[in-house]
Amino acid sequence: MGKIVAVTLVLITIASAVPILAHKWVPPDDISTHGYLIDEQMSDTMVEAGICFVAAQMILAAFIWMFSNRKPGDKIRNFPGGAMGLVIGAFVLVGLEVLALGFFGSKAWAAIYFTPPSADALPVQVQAGQFAFYFRYQGPDGKFGPIHPDKINESTQNFYGLDMDDDPASKDDIVTAEMGIPVNKEVRLLMHSKDLGHSFYVRELRIQQDFVPGLDLQMHFTATKVGRYEIVCTQLCGLGHYNMKAYLNVMSQPDYDAWIKQQASMQ
Amino acid sequence: MAEVSAHAAHHAPPPGFIRKNVFSVDHKVIGKQYYGLGLLAVIMGMVLSWLMRIHLVWPNVAIPGLGALSPNGAPGGLITPEYYLQLMTMHGTLMVFFVLTNVPFAGFGNFFLPIQIGAEDMAFPRFNMMSFWVTFVGFCVLVAAFFVGDGPPLSGWTAYAPLSALPGAGPGQVMGQTLWACSIAIFCIGQLLGSLNFITTTLDLRAKGMTLMRMPISTWAWFITSCIGLLAFAVLLPACVLLILDRVAGTSFFVPSNLVVSDQLITQHSGGSPLLWQHLFWFFGHPEVYIAILPAAGIVSHILITSYRRSLLSHKVVIYCMMAIGFLSYMVWGHHMFISGMNPFSALVFSFPTLVITIPATILTLIWIGSLYGSNLQITSASLFALGFISMFVTGGISGFFLAQPSIDVYLHGTYFVVGHFHMVMGVAAIFGMFAGTYFWAPKMFGRMMNETLGKIHFWGTFVGTYCIFMPFHYLGLVGNVRRYSAFVDDYLAPLMPVHKFITIAALFTGAVQLIFLYNLIYSRFKGEAAPDNPWKATSLEWTVTSPPPWNNFGGKHPVVYHDPYQYGIESSSGDFVMQDSPERIQTVRDDKKLP
Repeated sequence: MGKIVAVTLVLITIASAVPILAHKWVPPDDISTHGYLIDEQMSDTMVEAGICFVAAQMILAAFIWMFSNRKPGDKIRNFPGGAMGLVIGAFVLVGLEVLALGFFGSKAWAAIYFTPPSADALPVQVQAGQFAFYFRYQGPDGKFGPIHPDKINESTQNFYGLDMDDDPASKDDIVTAEMGIPVNKEVRLLMHSKDLGHSFYVRELRIQQDFVPGLDLQMHFTATKVGRYEIVCTQLCGLGHYNMKAYLNVMSQPDYDAWIKQQASMQ
Repeated sequence: MAEVSAHAAHHAPPPGFIRKNVFSVDHKVIGKQYYGLGLLAVIMGMVLSWLMRIHLVWPNVAIPGLGALSPNGAPGGLITPEYYLQLMTMHGTLMVFFVLTNVPFAGFGNFFLPIQIGAEDMAFPRFNMMSFWVTFVGFCVLVAAFFVGDGPPLSGWTAYAPLSALPGAGPGQVMGQTLWACSIAIFCIGQLLGSLNFITTTLDLRAKGMTLMRMPISTWAWFITSCIGLLAFAVLLPACVLLILDRVAGTSFFVPSNLVVSDQLITQHSGGSPLLWQHLFWFFGHPEVYIAILPAAGIVSHILITSYRRSLLSHKVVIYCMMAIGFLSYMVWGHHMFISGMNPFSALVFSFPTLVITIPATILTLIWIGSLYGSNLQITSASLFALGFISMFVTGGISGFFLAQPSIDVYLHGTYFVVGHFHMVMGVAAIFGMFAGTYFWAPKMFGRMMNETLGKIHFWGTFVGTYCIFMPFHYLGLVGNVRRYSAFVDDYLAPLMPVHKFITIAALFTGAVQLIFLYNLIYSRFKGEAAPDNPWKATSLEWTVTSPPPWNNFGGKHPVVYHDPYQYGIESSSGDFVMQDSPERIQTVRDDKKLP
């Protein structure tokens, strides 16, 4: 029985590792300037974690194979080096791994969160609400008009609660259901929730950030490939959570200019 | 002598059925009650997970009978998106609180901690009875959510505010969410009473000669867990009270101003912080992971030693590692909140202890595996599940390497990778600990042996089945499959459906295998072979008494302990072991010093 357990464990380990080694289950191609840091960190961690996983399961299997069929009364032996060897080994190996992952991981994190956006980054406001995203662009005045929560009204399509009658800063704001951005241009994303917790997740951009009601947050990123990508909500927000999505449309600068002009004319 | 008699009289079995079996102060009855409640909760939780999995992959298949049970949530047997989330919330809550916390800690701990330290009962038997019945009330309040208004809450077991604080935020968020918060608050009271009892009993009621280091590892695990629980539930309780106040008394602890829900401006709240709930919840939530896993680790260590027929390479190192894990568990809660909007610098601060916690966890694993080397491993249903526990603990623990790093969490947070990780390390591993404990201790608890052949079949189905369910979750997470979706409408998710179908079939199969366990448990309880006092040739005090133990555990005698807990691999009059209360003189096996 012990040997069957050992063989099963080996087979499970191989079956678990093959999909990873086959590189079938990987994130989609990165389209951001910072994403390579995350991908490298993930690959390094996968190698280290993979070695630990396979080694631990294989050694467990080998020992079960070796020591499950001994005769009663066979002399008990100790693992060479005893507990102290294992403790020192764990401290040194795992400690080094922890320090390395912590250090290099911090660099990737810092690249995303500790660098300010450039002064000419394109500001785009995204508002999350049950169960849709809306995006807002500054008009020619270069200002976002203030949000008046009491004026938010889905039926009149005033999704942001803008005072279109009396507030000049709001009048030229462009509100869209799709997020259009120019390629290779830094975007400063201003995140606002009108109701509950939501999240902004674009797999290809390697960005995921929660919206916090009452606390407007900022992100910044640069998309490097033209294309259409899904923005999905990853923070449970109610019955329509599964269907809360929008599209990120990364365009060439001329295409973007034409698109934003068209959107402005539709306001 | 007179003192002993008075004590025995005080602990004489009560006359009536109700005082003996229902409102009993006997820790063994209470332990079995916790176990039974956990069994009921795990069956419910498992059925809910089946419903979710079936809905995900066959959304148009009507589930017979469900329409009658929940006409609003599943009209005609078809699960609505909101009902999916309600089932998910109840699955998570039942499993985390009423199974993973109840069984390995409160269930086995209640039954065996006093016996393993040589005590007649818990320090506060009436508090003990109260802790179970309070927990039972909490369970009933939670289950009541199925039958009120628009059903249970849909905010998940983490109940993030403001979704959980605003009754207008969705179906189930009115009465269902209030019942949820009340249920968890009540549950906390039960756990606080239980933790206090465990700590006091361990410190005050040990038999003569039972020094702290002579306590079995399982007792140490329950003791450390009760220390963790005392601090963790003491934070969750007020958090739930604040949530209830936000919901029913118009306070604004977790709700900021100017929210617009369903086109309605929320005017009665202002100034609250949704992040405050997350901090309070995860300050409890992460230690809760160890509240689930440490008792299982202790139980498994106890069983492995008996199965290896040797002590672990180091008794002390295992205990110190469990203490280190318990201590560190309070410094890592922010790793659940890397992308929550808290200061990004905090993420780095929380990441470090999260990575450091892998050191004691690795040492524990290496000691379990290293002690297997050179042992005389006995394969039983209990030892199979204990070995399976190691495998699951390794697999689930290693995926934690990814999630501990904020930069990788940016991609994986909110995906099935997280679901795979915590199910493996906290769910399945702890449940393997429960199965191991059941096969090992059922003879002592019920006086009957369980069927070993059925136990082994149960192991094979469960071991292979759980890998088939939870490894693919990791792969789905790697390609960015978002969790908590009741349907996959995103373009990139459609090609992943075959994997989801595979998982659902594996889940149905693994669930069906559990029927073998249930049959074995119930059949053996009544018709199983009578259990001898010490069927596994083990050393600790629970095996010195009859199976099942008498009312006051040691028949009015006070056991005296002469040895460290795990004296195996020696030559004694009883074989290759000597029991803790045997006065026989032997050369003590302590750590690895006496072995070649």
